Amino acid sequence: MRIRTTPITATAAGLMLGLGCATTSWADNGFSDDVVRIGVLTDMSGIYTDLSGEAAVEAVRMAVEDFGGEVHGVPIEVIFADHRNRPDVGASRAREWYDNDGVDMINDLSNSGVANAVAAVAKERRRHAIVNSSSTVGITNDYCSPYATHYTYDAHSLAHGTGASIVEEGGTSWFFLTVDFAFGHGLEEAVSNVVRDAGGQVVGAARHPLDTTDFSSYALQAQASGAEIIGIASTGADAINAINALAEFGVTPSQQPAALLLWFDDVHALGLDTAQGLLLTNAFYWDANDGTREFSERFYERTGRMPNMAHAGNYSSTMHYLNAVEAAGTDDPDAVSEKMRELEINDFFAQGGYIRPNGRMVHDQYMWEVKTPDESEYEYDYMRLVRTISGEDAFQPLEDSTCYLLDE
Amino acid sequence: MRLTIRILLILLIIAVLSVPFVPHLIYPVFVMKTLCFVLFACAFNLLLGHTGILSFGHAAFFGSGAYITGYFVKYAGFPTDLGLLTGALAAAALGTLFGLLAIRRSGIYLAMITLAMAQLVYFFYLQAPFTGAEDGLQQIPRGTFLGFLDLRSDRTLFYVVAGIVAAGLWLIWRIVHSPFGAVLRAIREHEPRAISLGYPVARYKVMVFTLSAGLSGLAGSLKAIIFQLAALNDAHWHMSGEVILMTLLGGMNTVLGPAAGAVLVSAMTHYFDPFGAWVTVVIGVVFMACVMMFREGIVGKLSKILAPGLREDPPREPAAERPAPTDQ
Repeated sequence: MRIRTTPITATAAGLMLGLGCATTSWADNGFSDDVVRIGVLTDMSGIYTDLSGEAAVEAVRMAVEDFGGEVHGVPIEVIFADHRNRPDVGASRAREWYDNDGVDMINDLSNSGVANAVAAVAKERRRHAIVNSSSTVGITNDYCSPYATHYTYDAHSLAHGTGASIVEEGGTSWFFLTVDFAFGHGLEEAVSNVVRDAGGQVVGAARHPLDTTDFSSYALQAQASGAEIIGIASTGADAINAINALAEFGVTPSQQPAALLLWFDDVHALGLDTAQGLLLTNAFYWDANDGTREFSERFYERTGRMPNMAHAGNYSSTMHYLNAVEAAGTDDPDAVSEKMRELEINDFFAQGGYIRPNGRMVHDQYMWEVKTPDESEYEYDYMRLVRTISGEDAFQPLEDSTCYLLDE
Repeated sequence: MRLTIRILLILLIIAVLSVPFVPHLIYPVFVMKTLCFVLFACAFNLLLGHTGILSFGHAAFFGSGAYITGYFVKYAGFPTDLGLLTGALAAAALGTLFGLLAIRRSGIYLAMITLAMAQLVYFFYLQAPFTGAEDGLQQIPRGTFLGFLDLRSDRTLFYVVAGIVAAGLWLIWRIVHSPFGAVLRAIREHEPRAISLGYPVARYKVMVFTLSAGLSGLAGSLKAIIFQLAALNDAHWHMSGEVILMTLLGGMNTVLGPAAGAVLVSAMTHYFDPFGAWVTVVIGVVFMACVMMFREGIVGKLSKILAPGLREDPPREPAAERPAPTDQ
């Protein structure tokens, strides 16, 4: 959205926009409204602001600028909005963007509820949506469509990446600290299955309510279990509080915590003293190679922070979408969808990445271990690579997906 | 002066009805959502403005309406009209339950009881398997209304929603201007006197709780059909807070004040979006400005300017700020 200072100018702008594109039509050159418009629908004011937020908008802008700002002579425009973590707000904004504002693709989509709702709207309105910062596997199952792409990671890649890799590295007995509702239960169950299949064992679990601040009894239960690995099946503040408590009660470093959904920013917030030894799966780390460093340093200059995997995914997926538009020579959603699934993704984010028919972008995932304060040599030098998990192993096998497109 | 108000109302109705024809000027789905909040806020005001009971648990009714309707339409194959009715009735039943327990206390204690019960309801929806927790109950079919109106068309849906909300608002207006409404005002103004006049005050309170909850549930049900989803934030206590904000902004001593408040809050969150993280700050400042400048709310202030001396209710302090009368 453009910056509007008052409701009056907002109405005027809406009126102009309305007159400008009374109906979305494809002009002779194959581009709707003579512009490729990308909408970043993200959390600007709530709990995911730090994970995506304004930095996500900036990542998409960077991709557009690096692409050259236009495709086949048609300008590319980036607009953004706040879904305030409400699925209805997100769905309503997505509908308005697709119907009224000529938005061709919506990116980011933090918050599972919002992502599922927007994927449903994208399917109905036949426009593109790319999910980067939420984990719900619904996007590539029940809510799948030729127009929805799940790009960076998902709950399946986290569970399988982390679970199987740790067992193979020798961590065979597990205890879970699980947040007590569907998300936590699902994650715990998925990882438990992976651990058992890989030959490990699950010795127990402690369930804590959402937004718990006092983890002392759970930390002691984890300690008493004697398990080698403490799996943390929660995210955000809960995961941070749990890791803090484990450190305070001396559970770590004798038992090793494994966070099932933790972000680079969380490690930054925890600090190396507390987070050292922690295992986590992330699709991207800024300091992995020259390509990631080059992108991350430019990103840092613009936003004053290091990118996490969602930011990198925002950039890479926007680039991929624009490449597909260029290859297709139109922004017609069906043609672009075909090209997106046809072209291979090779950049700093993914090598040999490709998009499956159900919208899942398959690429390598990485398991990282947080360094000790002594090992860290410079600012943001936080993690070292433990192992690379190939995309085929990390993501849900295509035959397990319930996506209707696979039946055809 | 009554004429001016009547003309304004007719103009407003015409404006609302013409919305589907100018989708680029104002987006119909946004207007439908706003209409849901209009009904929700007016239903809430039956309790706060007209009876003087501050409930801090109305999200439970709104969310229950959404979830129950969503569940029955999606999984039990109910037609949309029956689904809406089921949602509203379930919310009304929940309202009776809340009412029976909550009216044993008054003022801040009553508010806390309703908040506690609403939290119980919230955690039920967080844990219940059919709600999908934070993923939300998605892909609720819109279906048909009365068997022949296909609600998949946004335009048809718009008129159905506008019709139902109008019926709901009319019902609220009837309740307020009936002898029953007069008793409610008597309870609000001086409860011991209402008791001494022989009115079964407790029964009236439970009754108005039920009505308010049922209409709030209807608003939630409509929202679930419009967006084809029900989500946890519908039942979260933030929603209870938001409806109080809407009511106070608009003016709680008027029938249509909460409606104006609902429109204002929806419009602010919608159109101030480009401010990003600042939008919450902006809304906070607007709220403070409104409270400082017109304590009787926007509509209260407007009707004072438009028609001095037309007031039905004498101005009064908000219920929560008065010392609670002891009804034990």
